[in-house]
Amino acid sequence: MTPNATGVDAVIDAVTAVLLIAGALMSLGAAIGLLRFPDLMSRMHAATKPQVLGLFLVLAAIGLQMREWWVWPILAVAWIFQLLTVPVSAHMVGRAGYRTKHLHPELLSTDELEAVVLRAAGERAAEKAEEAGSDVPHSRNGGHTGGTTGNGGPSA
Amino acid sequence: MKDIVLIVAAVILSLAAAGAIYRIAVGPSLLDRVLASDVLLAILGAALSIDMAVNRHLNNLVLLVALTLIGFVGSVTVARFVADRRGQVNDS
Repeated sequence: MTPNATGVDAVIDAVTAVLLIAGALMSLGAAIGLLRFPDLMSRMHAATKPQVLGLFLVLAAIGLQMREWWVWPILAVAWIFQLLTVPVSAHMVGRAGYRTKHLHPELLSTDELEAVVLRAAGERAAEKAEEAGSDVPHSRNGGHTGGTTGNGGPSA
Repeated sequence: MKDIVLIVAAVILSLAAAGAIYRIAVGPSLLDRVLASDVLLAILGAALSIDMAVNRHLNNLVLLVALTLIGFVGSVTVARFVADRRGQVNDS
């Protein structure tokens, strides 16, 4: 920022200041959401969404301050990659949180996975009953869907 | 103007970082801690960008792009291993 700016410079500096403060407030909003929300899913909602908008505001402030055209594509690349990678990590954290039961089911308005989980549990129970019915227990890791390897299966 | 913006942004970001660190410290589960460390990384990126915008330089731009590119790998990895371990525990 230029000291003692006048005219257009003063306007650009004021817009930059507003963008920077708003971007910082987005980070503060994410932190407050982390502190106050009750379970993992709602914390994930608060943690991932303000980051993208906050980064956009701050990058726009950089672009305004530098006033060179070649900066904008780099800033756009940074923002687009943030836009692409934040949902990936949020999806993985939410998936792990659902699987390890880090959620309050009474707080969910709909649980779209519930029917699938119930059906899978029913299939696994049927498989177990079938195995118990036969005499030779041939395979232990038949019904596990996680794809883990190396837990002592009958390999040879 | 420059000093005011810097001070206000520094105060806000410090409060946000304190909140994220508090959640890392007390977070009831590993996933809460991973999420909070992700937020802490975003706050760091915001601080780097604010420094660049206020002081008009681009020294941190490569670091910022690299952060947005590979910053998600850590949380994805941890989430993956959490899912695997709990699955085996439930299985046996």
